[in-house]
Amino acid sequence: MKLDILGAAAIAAMAVAGTAQAQGISDDVVKVGVLTDLSGIYSDLAGQGSVVAAQLAAEEMGGKVLGKPVVVVSADHQNKPDIAANLARGWFDQQQVDMIADFPTSSTALAVMEIARQKNRVTMLSSGVATAVLAEKCSATNAQWTVNTYALAAGTAKALLKDGKKSWYFITADYTFGHSLEKDASQIIAENGGEVKGVSRHPFPGTDFSSFILKAQGSGADVIALANAGADTVNAIKQASEYGVGGKQTVAPLLAYISDVKSMGLAKAQGMYLTEAFYWDYDDRSRAWSAKFFEKTKKMPTAAQAGVYSATLSYLKAIEAAGTDEAGAVMARLRQMTIDDAVIRNGRLRADGALVHDMLLLQVKKPAESKRDWDFYNVRAVLSGAEVYPAPNPACPLNKS
Amino acid sequence: MFDIPLPAVLAQVTIGLINGCFYAMLSMGLAIIFGLLNIINFTHGAQFMMAAFITWIGLNQLGPWLGFPELQLGFWASLVVAPLIVAAVGMGLERLLLRRLAHLDHLYGLLLTFGVALVTEGAFRHGFGVSGQGYDPPEMLQGPIDIGFMMLPRYRLFVVVASLAICLATIWLFERTRLGAYLRAGTENPRLLQAFGINVPVMITLAYGFGVGLAGLAGVLAAPIMQITPLMGGNLLNIIFAVVVIGGLGSISGAMVTGLGLGLIEGITKVVYPEASTVVVFVIMALALLLRPAGLFGRET
Repeated sequence: MKLDILGAAAIAAMAVAGTAQAQGISDDVVKVGVLTDLSGIYSDLAGQGSVVAAQLAAEEMGGKVLGKPVVVVSADHQNKPDIAANLARGWFDQQQVDMIADFPTSSTALAVMEIARQKNRVTMLSSGVATAVLAEKCSATNAQWTVNTYALAAGTAKALLKDGKKSWYFITADYTFGHSLEKDASQIIAENGGEVKGVSRHPFPGTDFSSFILKAQGSGADVIALANAGADTVNAIKQASEYGVGGKQTVAPLLAYISDVKSMGLAKAQGMYLTEAFYWDYDDRSRAWSAKFFEKTKKMPTAAQAGVYSATLSYLKAIEAAGTDEAGAVMARLRQMTIDDAVIRNGRLRADGALVHDMLLLQVKKPAESKRDWDFYNVRAVLSGAEVYPAPNPACPLNKS
Repeated sequence: MFDIPLPAVLAQVTIGLINGCFYAMLSMGLAIIFGLLNIINFTHGAQFMMAAFITWIGLNQLGPWLGFPELQLGFWASLVVAPLIVAAVGMGLERLLLRRLAHLDHLYGLLLTFGVALVTEGAFRHGFGVSGQGYDPPEMLQGPIDIGFMMLPRYRLFVVVASLAICLATIWLFERTRLGAYLRAGTENPRLLQAFGINVPVMITLAYGFGVGLAGLAGVLAAPIMQITPLMGGNLLNIIFAVVVIGGLGSISGAMVTGLGLGLIEGITKVVYPEASTVVVFVIMALALLLRPAGLFGRET
């Protein structure tokens, strides 16, 4: 009994110490952890490029915030939630990491968000795009910075529906992300007078898409929508052209990064609509920042990588404005700011953690239109956040107040 | 499934056959290696991937690397060169490393080849990234042809013909020629064969090279169909192992029949319930092991 009381007293003392630290920078350093896929299927669209992007943000702040050094660390979560959770715990408990960014595969994000919430640290998702993080498990110290599946689907689906492409067939990766993309897109299609003619769910990762493509071809749908990512998307598009899909039928990838288009080649990708948070060749500011990124990596940034830069930069600016790196104060600052940098425009951070901002509707150029390497897209429209972001999900407790 | 029109079923069966051809070619190589070396070759997928990369490099990179931008190694040349390179590298691996494990438990060979596969994949990932490279089929094989119930890409038709020919030739080599007789004798009783004046160690190296070369051939044939990525072989390997286990480890014709059969079953599953198309292979594997632990075509010992 006595021990229990002592224990309680110790915890109370620690809690007091915790609040006392709320001013200024904890541990005299601001540490940003980039938790990403450094070796697997998403290492081209995020990976090392995301780490470089975070470093560029730190450099832009002069490597310091409120007079304390900014340090960027990184680790490979191998797209596995358990590994991500262990790495995050180690970072929070032993290495004074204040914010973790990126998270390709949303399952890793969900795992770490919960830990960060308990330990009062910040998570900022860039390549983690499932809308699930804005539902029941939403967290007050989390921001889904770059994009989510709903916004991706809304941009592309609305553009195609406007072109009169009303009937859709989905080829969906059979896991959380694919289902999320398919569900969000189906909702948008139904709301805009379209219909879904059929769905094929393929095991993830897949190698041969022939039979799904044949079914989609046979369905006579106007659009064959790909609710998958990375190599699956690229293989499906490649094989669709092999089977002579074209003419009246359009293939529409709902998530494709510039690294995917690069690997597919313009000849196969030409004419496709894409929705992206960022394209390097959008305007002078995006070009200037991308040039810096290119110098270090010899590649143009994907939207996911660029998003890590924007998230880190905004995080550091919010610390500066708040005068502390305490998570609650920083998040409150972020919610007051209008995000406007080389990557994100007109961004407002919602209570549930969605950063609502302008998106780009892009169309892949014909090989003849492309003047140099990485010159891939025509910007067809700038879509305002209100147009493409989902309404706050009532399942998220943060949306109730 | 009876409300699905016949042409659709035929089309899916055709696709199943195409995939089955890849399974057959890859699993035959595995079966040969296991039969003769007692090694479970986990590098098979990496060797398949290497051949696909060599094909791509031959067309796009080789010239610039050597300083002759016009120099290109086309698809047909790669079909010969890439498997030879992969086989040569494989034979080096056998001489340097695998040989030392020949007298030990299977597990050691498995661990070594698995490690080599990881290192190889890692090296290619470092050099080329994971998004992969595209490769177009040779011009004369581009575009689909109408075969009544479906549009069949010409190149896929070529793959079926080519791989069936390769598989049958391999079976002929092993079951009908003197070299094949030596190889089979080598698995039964290497000491006795050596007493007859046959150089068994060289023969084993050649057999490994041959098995790996088959993976290389499959890799070149796959280059125009799949995106060429460092992970392309690893993704296929699970299914290939299931094929070999169902067919009976070490049975060459068993591997071919099982490979084609599973391709067809997988194709039909994709018509009925696509979500189960990967699982079905392993369900069959479990059933086959329960009913015939040595595999459908394996010999009980």
